[in-house]
Formats: sequence, C-alpha cells, structure tokens
Amino acid sequence: MRRFLLVGAIAVVGLIFISRLFYLQIYSGGILDLYEDNAIRKVYDYPKRGFIFDRNGELLVSNQPSYDVMFIPREVKPLDTVEFCNLLKIDKARFKEIFEKAYHYSPWLPSVFIPHLSKEDYASLQEKMRKFEGFYIQKRSLRHYETSIGANVLGDIGEVNDAIIARDPYYKMGDLIGKQGIEVSYEKTLRGVKGIKFIQKDRFNRDLGPYKDGIYDTLPKPGSDITITIDAKLQAYGELLMQNKHGGIIAIEPSSGEILTMVSTPTYNPNLLVGRQRSVNFTKLYNDSINKPLYDRGLQAMYPPGSPFKILNALIGLQEQVVTTEDRFSCNHGYSYGGRKMGCHGHPSPVAMNGGIYNSCNAYFANVYRRIIDKNKSPAEGLDKWSNHVKSFGLGNYLNNDLSVGQPGKIPTSKTYDQLYGKGRWGSTFNLSNSIGQGEVLTTPIQLANMTAAIANRGYYFTPHIIKHIEGHTIDEKYTTPNHTTINKEHFEPIIQGMFDVYNHGTAASVQIKGIEICGKTGTAENFVKVNGQRMQLTDHSIFIAFAPKDNPKIALAVFVENGYWGARFAGKIASLMIEKYLYDNITRTDMEEYLLHHTLEHEYQKPYSGKPFGINKNTTLEFVDEPEYKHLKELLNELNSKSRDPEEIKKNQGANL
Amino acid sequence: MVEASRYYKFDWITIILFLLLVGFGWLNIVSASHSGDTINYFDFSQPYGKQLMFIFLTIGLIILVLAIESKFYERFASVIYVISMLSLVGLFVFGKSVNGATSWYGIGGMTLQPSEFAKAATALAVAKYVSDLNTDIKRIKDQISVFAIIAIPAILVLLQKDAGSTLVYGSFIFVLYREGLSPIYLIILFMIIFISICSLKFGVIITSAVVTVLILGHHFSKRRKPLLIQPISIIIISILVSFGIRYFYDNILPFHQKDRITIWLSLEKDPVKLERMKKTIAYNLNESEKAISSGGLTGKGFLEGTRTTGKFVPEQHTDYIFSTVGEEWGFVGSASVVIVFVLLFLRILHLAELQRSQFSRMYGYAVASIFFMHFFINIGMVMGVIPTIGIPLPMFSYGGSGLWGFAILLFIFVKLDSDRINQW
Repeated sequence: MRRFLLVGAIAVVGLIFISRLFYLQIYSGGILDLYEDNAIRKVYDYPKRGFIFDRNGELLVSNQPSYDVMFIPREVKPLDTVEFCNLLKIDKARFKEIFEKAYHYSPWLPSVFIPHLSKEDYASLQEKMRKFEGFYIQKRSLRHYETSIGANVLGDIGEVNDAIIARDPYYKMGDLIGKQGIEVSYEKTLRGVKGIKFIQKDRFNRDLGPYKDGIYDTLPKPGSDITITIDAKLQAYGELLMQNKHGGIIAIEPSSGEILTMVSTPTYNPNLLVGRQRSVNFTKLYNDSINKPLYDRGLQAMYPPGSPFKILNALIGLQEQVVTTEDRFSCNHGYSYGGRKMGCHGHPSPVAMNGGIYNSCNAYFANVYRRIIDKNKSPAEGLDKWSNHVKSFGLGNYLNNDLSVGQPGKIPTSKTYDQLYGKGRWGSTFNLSNSIGQGEVLTTPIQLANMTAAIANRGYYFTPHIIKHIEGHTIDEKYTTPNHTTINKEHFEPIIQGMFDVYNHGTAASVQIKGIEICGKTGTAENFVKVNGQRMQLTDHSIFIAFAPKDNPKIALAVFVENGYWGARFAGKIASLMIEKYLYDNITRTDMEEYLLHHTLEHEYQKPYSGKPFGINKNTTLEFVDEPEYKHLKELLNELNSKSRDPEEIKKNQGANL
Repeated sequence: MVEASRYYKFDWITIILFLLLVGFGWLNIVSASHSGDTINYFDFSQPYGKQLMFIFLTIGLIILVLAIESKFYERFASVIYVISMLSLVGLFVFGKSVNGATSWYGIGGMTLQPSEFAKAATALAVAKYVSDLNTDIKRIKDQISVFAIIAIPAILVLLQKDAGSTLVYGSFIFVLYREGLSPIYLIILFMIIFISICSLKFGVIITSAVVTVLILGHHFSKRRKPLLIQPISIIIISILVSFGIRYFYDNILPFHQKDRITIWLSLEKDPVKLERMKKTIAYNLNESEKAISSGGLTGKGFLEGTRTTGKFVPEQHTDYIFSTVGEEWGFVGSASVVIVFVLLFLRILHLAELQRSQFSRMYGYAVASIFFMHFFINIGMVMGVIPTIGIPLPMFSYGGSGLWGFAILLFIFVKLDSDRINQW
C-alpha cells in the first residue's frame, strides 16, 4: 500500500491543476481582458460635455474642440524627430523627457504627448501624422466660458492624474475630469459616457478590422445640460461690489433653498483655467498664499459669527420659555459676572427683546443665554438642549449639499466643556461668549445664509443647493424636502420684527433702502492670523445677514468682508444693494455703490506681511482705489447696470406670479 | 563473468517525455524573452539563445552521465554528497548575490548554482544510507541520521535565502515513507498544515472546536477505546499549535511573506485594501493569473501572447514561465503540459518499483518526489493555488544550472534503471 501515497498525491495535484486551469481559462476567461489587451486598439469617441445655464437660461459654459497628440511608447518607430519637434514647436530634449516619462508610466498604454494643440498646429500636423508611427490625434472638447464671472461656482476641468485612474477605471490617461466647483459635483452628469471601438491588430501592429465584428463597441452618450440656481447678473454685481475686498456673499431663495449667488473674492477669470495654460495659471493661483483665490471663502471660511448669532439665542430663549418678549434687562455698558465684565456699547437701558436685537445689546443676550443654560438641573443638560436647537438651523455640520467644498463649522456640546474643564466643573459663565456668537461657535457664510433663510421661512429651510434642473432628470429629493428647526413658528414674528427694526432705527439704519422691508443683523468678528509663527490680531471682519421682503421673503443672504471692521461699514451696504438689485434691478442708493467701488481694503491685507507694527480697528484708516482703477470699475458698473433685466424676471424675483 | 551480459537498455519513454518538456519549455522561453523584433535563435545575448546553448550542453552532460559505470553512483554517493555540501558552504565565502539570494558562483561571465546539484547528491546519499544493510528506518537512531542528511542542505539553502529549495527537501518524506517510515510523521505533518490553514482562515476558536470534535469523534468510533488521556493530549497540543501559528503569523513572520499568505487565503476583509495589495504585493500573481486566463481554450498562439509580448508578467521566462504556456497555448496546451509532467512522474515511479536493489528504487523515488515538489510549488504558485514561493519549473524555467541539475538527477536514474538486470 505504501507505494500508492506518492502516486495518489501526483494524481490529485494533477487534477487540481487541470481544474484550476479550467476555472481560469474557460470559466472566467474572456471579455474582461479587452481593455487591457494591447493586441486590441481602443478608439475612444468623446461625447459633448453638458452645457451650464444660469437660472434665467443664460449660457455660462459651453465647449470648444481640442486636439491632443497621443502615443503608445512601445509602438513608436524610429522617426524624423527634427521634423516632428518642429511641427509641435518643442525641442529634442523635451521630446525625450516626455517619451521617457510616458514609457515609465506604461509602455503599452496611451499617454498624452502634447495636449490641446492650437487649430493651426493641428492642421499642419494632421497631414503628416501617418509618418509618425505610434502617434495619433485624439479629439476632445475643452470648456469655453461665455462669462468672466463665477470661477468658484463654475470650476474647471483638467487632465486626470494617476490616482484617479487607479481609483476609477473609466478614466484613461489624458481624459478630462471636473477639478473644482460644479464640474466636480456634477461630473458624471456633465461628462456623459464615452464611446469605444475595439479594433483587432496583428503583431506587426496593423489593424485587422473591428474586433469580433464590433459586438463590444459602444456609442458615446452625450453629457446632460444643466441649469444652475445662480443668477448670473446678481453674481456679477456681487463680484463687482466686492472688488478690492476679500470675503464672500451667499444669497439663497428661502422658499426653495436655491443659491442665487455665491461670491468669493478675490476671484479670477475662469478662462484662465482652460487648455494649455491651465497648469501654469493654476500653479500661480495655487501659490498665491495671501489672496488665496482658489479658496472659496463663502463655503470654507469658518469664523465666529458674532452678533447675527444672537438671533438664535433669542429664539431658543422663547422656545425654552425662559424669557418673554417683554422681559427687560439692564445694561451698564456691559454685563458683569463673578468679577468679570462683558462689555457693550452705549445705548438706552434697560431693553426688552426688540431693543436687545436692534441695539445688539450684549448684556441682554448674556442674561438670556444664562437662563437657557441654567434652566435645567445641570448646565450640561441645558447646554446640550441649546446645542441641539442651534444645530437644527444647519450649523455645526456639513450641509450635505451639491457643492464640491465645504466646512462643518463648530457648535459646542457639553462634551466640549467636559474635556476643557472636567465633568461637572463648569457653568454658564464659563462659555458666556456663546451668547454673542463668539467663544466656541464657528460658522461659514453659507451656513449663516442658510440660517437666515430658515428665519425668513419662520422655522424651516431647504438644503441650499446649486442644481436647478438636469436635462431629462429630476433633482435629488433632499433639495425639495423642508428641514424643520426645533423652534415653533410663533416665536419668529417678534424676532423678525427686531431684525426689521435693525434697519429702522438700529445698527443698520444707515443702509436702509426706501420701499423695501429688509430685516437684517449686523455683526463683527475678531480674527487672528499667524505669520512666521507670530499670532497677530487684525481688524474685525464686517458681517451682515439679511432677508427681504419681511413678508413672503424672496432673498436671504450673508455677507462677510474680511477686516471690514463693523457690520454696516461694508457688509451691510453690500447686502442692501444686492437685495435691491435682485428685487428691483434699479439701484436707488447709488451713494453706497460709489462708496464700495471707491474703497479698498487691500492695505489691510498687506499689514501682517509688512513686517512693521500696525494698528487695527479704531486705528485704521479707509483708503481709496487709484483713479484709473476707479474709472475702470465705474465703467464695469455702468455696463452691468445698463443690461437691464427682462421685466418678467423682475416680476418673478418679486414673487408677483405667486 | 562474461562482459556481454551487460546489456544496456535505456527507458526511452522517460527520455522522450523529458525531451518533449525541454523542447516545449524552450519555445515558451522564446516567447517570454524575445524583445519584439526579428528572432535570431542563435543570438547568445538573448535568454532564449543562451538557453539553447544550455540545452546542447545538457545533451553532452547526459551522455557523460550515461557513460559512467552505474555502480559508481552507489559507491561514491557519500563522496559526492560531501563535495556537494562543501560547495554549498563555500557560497558563504565566495558566493555571489542575485536578487538577495547568495546562491551563485561566478565563473568567468557565467554563474553556477550549486544548490541545483545538491538535490541529486542528497538523493544519492539518502538512498545509499537507508539501503545499507545495517540501517533500519524504523529505528529512531537511524531516522535521526537520515533526517540530518536531508536537513544539512535544506538549512544551508535556507541560510542563503532560497526558501523554495528548502521546501523541496521536505519531499524526501515520500521516499522514507515508501521504505517503511512510520505514517505517524505524515499524519502529524498533515495535521499541522490543516490546523495552520484553518487557524489563519477561520480563527483559533473555530479551529480548536473542529479539531476537538474530529479527534473525539475518531476516538469514540473505535471499537477498542484506549485511555481518554491520549485524545485529550492530542487536542491540547493541536490547540497550542493553533495559537502558535496565529502568533507566528501576527508577530514573527516577515512582512512580505505574511502578505503572500494574506493574499493566498484572502484574509484581508477590506476590498479596497485587497485591491491595492493585488496591484502591489501580489502584482506578479495577479498579472500571471490574468495572462493564463486570457489564453482561453486554445490560446493566442506561439509568439502571439499579447501579455507575454507586452512584458506584463515580471520574471516570466524564469519562475513564471507557465503563464506563457497558459496564454499562448490555452487550456489545451497547459493541461497537456500538466499531463505530460504527471506521466513522467508516474513512469519514474513505475520504473522505481521494478528495481531489484533498494538503492535504485529509493533513488528513483527521490527523483520523482523532487520533480513533483517543484512542479507542485511552481505551477501552484503561478495559478494562485498556493502562496508565492520562488522556485523554478523543471525543464521549463530559464537557467543553465537548473536544467543541468534536473538532467543529472533524472539521467542517473535512467542509467541505474538500464542496469537493473545486474542489480542484486
């Protein structure tokens, strides 16, 4: 019997191997290999990328044809490099460099030799192409921007990198993909699906015809056109008002959550990031660490919101029934507690809720906040309740929308302070700054705009989004379902009255516009910057939130201007003008337009990098732009204002059709 | 004695099977190593040209091996073994490193790998020692001596970072079992392999439970039941082995070997990570499986293998040569290669059983075992049946030392077999 062990082992292994071969070669062998088989030439047919329209049907982004010289390193045969290089306008060293890099990436996969040929180069090259074996021309489409605004909204497309190819096999070397903005969020919708033809080659690299009579070939599916919620005219107006100032404007239609404008300055012309100059220009923008033009301030900048946040504390106070609209608190230039004092500016005292809001009284909100936190057995319980109310306005987390970038902001919970001071070892005075929107509270401008929309709606909001319509599709349900806040509807009216009075006789009286019932709230935010490891305080940010009209609101917005000092100084003016522009298209407060075009804050932004000591807030001066620059801006403004809106659009914005 | 009674009769079936494999192997080396332009078969700067030269030299070597008196191999077995071991030890001093393994002597422009010849030497020594009238393989003392003869070259090659060759020496267990070694060793070996795989794949607890049930089940199914202490101690040892393996895998095994096992048993749960491993650590295996797969039923044809021509599979003309067979000759060709190998092994075993002397029979068994082990590990690895272990495929993989080593190993047996009439 002993002699059969090895015989048996040999027989069993033989059978295992043959079954494994059967599994690999017959059971699972086949089509999967087509894409990787270098004996099959893949010819791609790129579909049209979807167009982008603004909410009023204005075409913002279209396409232009582009030709890439592609090559497969292993298939390149000896060629007249001098002629070839001359045609492509490169030198021989560059030729070698490109070739070797591609060979290193993969000898048998196509790589881009020269992207985006000009039409002239393409014409002269095309006739001679067959002389250069292993090279071919791939037609693609590049973006063409019909406008010079909205770079941060529209984004751009660029060549895929190795990491993307490794992650998603759809993309091949040289393919274009959304890199920023809407091009990223709606990449799949816009790009469509490329078509492919498989062509059998023999080992001398000659085409033998369609592989298996083309049964695996596919036709390209064109990308869908999309309409975005942006109002291009309002966006352009906002960008112009923000010239020479850093900051952001986010405007939302409260009844739908549609984002009307999304300004972030400094910005750039989106046409800079098209085609061959893209990489040069992108690097320039990317490396500008002072202006940070690629940083979307409206979506990504997190700051303590300051006074606008007081509105939420008033609402929570009413909801938690710790305060009535009639309760009065006195303010002696601030609020004293435990030997410390939170300062306030001069205004009549004592104040009830309405006065508290339009005077933006710190002492009033310190009292309300303490009552909220101390209402329950432990401050932890009170704080968590407060935190949940605040979060129901979409603060403290990503909005989970269709924008490619964002920040969560920050809303503290009892855990935050347990970690800071120890469990049960803190009370409402430890975080009193939360009452006036400082302390541990951080928000982004879009979150503030959304909060304003929720107030305008008296208690609910639609997730702010940028998609209005996709050709042949419906938009995601989450954008048409209201998110309810935890505050009852009836508590909003007194608060909104307070915001209305901010315009009537409060901190924004100076930016009032006759005939429009605007509700708003000013704010400032202290801010710091670190340069060469040194922490420096800069002039406060100017913040403003507003919505209008008071009843049946059509637009809600948040504006912030970096180092603009106080709310009405810059942000308030911009907010009022934006509202008037959107609702009436006709500006009555041209003095405010003048003010904004004439003043620059560039000197403020240079301060921390000057290396010299500098003053902030009270110790700053306003500076004017130079005369030629002003004239230029003025021309732009006139041009913009002369393009009057379709009366239908104005009616629609005012809600006349409702 | 009459000289004419010496009647040489070589086994031509073995020789033909051998030549078939060498010839077909060379065609595949041509495919795997040509650089796309016209092929000049006698271009000695190309691997396929060199291999052709090696094949011609092999034929000379075979004639030499067959010309030597068959008694020479038995009489000088110990001397050959000692010389061979010295050549392995010498590597520590004069050896040349290639890919991290110090397994070569550089002679002029050529390199020679003594471990390829040590297998034949060890087979001779083992056969000689066990067939000695004073040796009884059932005795522990003699078992230790035999294990030592096998362990010396096994450990030497392991120290030279050639773990694959070490495993080949494990194949002597088949030879010794045939000659009367207790089956207990095989059972223990099998148990350890079984427990190792189970512990890694299903965890220590499930493995322990399964082993306990199996052993107790076996115990109670017996009519005569020995003391319970015996199965219980086996269970305890098994559980300890299970823990030990797990610990070894988690804490001791070098990373690259650990990853090979992880890939083999699909121990990585995260599909993204697994996919990444396939593209990095298991790149060779992944490409080789794809190449074989793409061959389909009949293959793409000689020199038409696109993945072979595209040099997708690294080391394809050496350890991964079987993937070329898979791609260019398809299921029909590669299954035929498997069958030809199996036929060769069975033929050798058949002849071994016909031998009159224990020495020749044992040597024949050793030849079959060594060839089989190479075949099993190499093709198993190329197709992902077992974890990756670098080892050549006999007669197929590129390399002079390997080809000569296998030729000497096999043809000493052909010579011994041809002389079996004179064996006593």
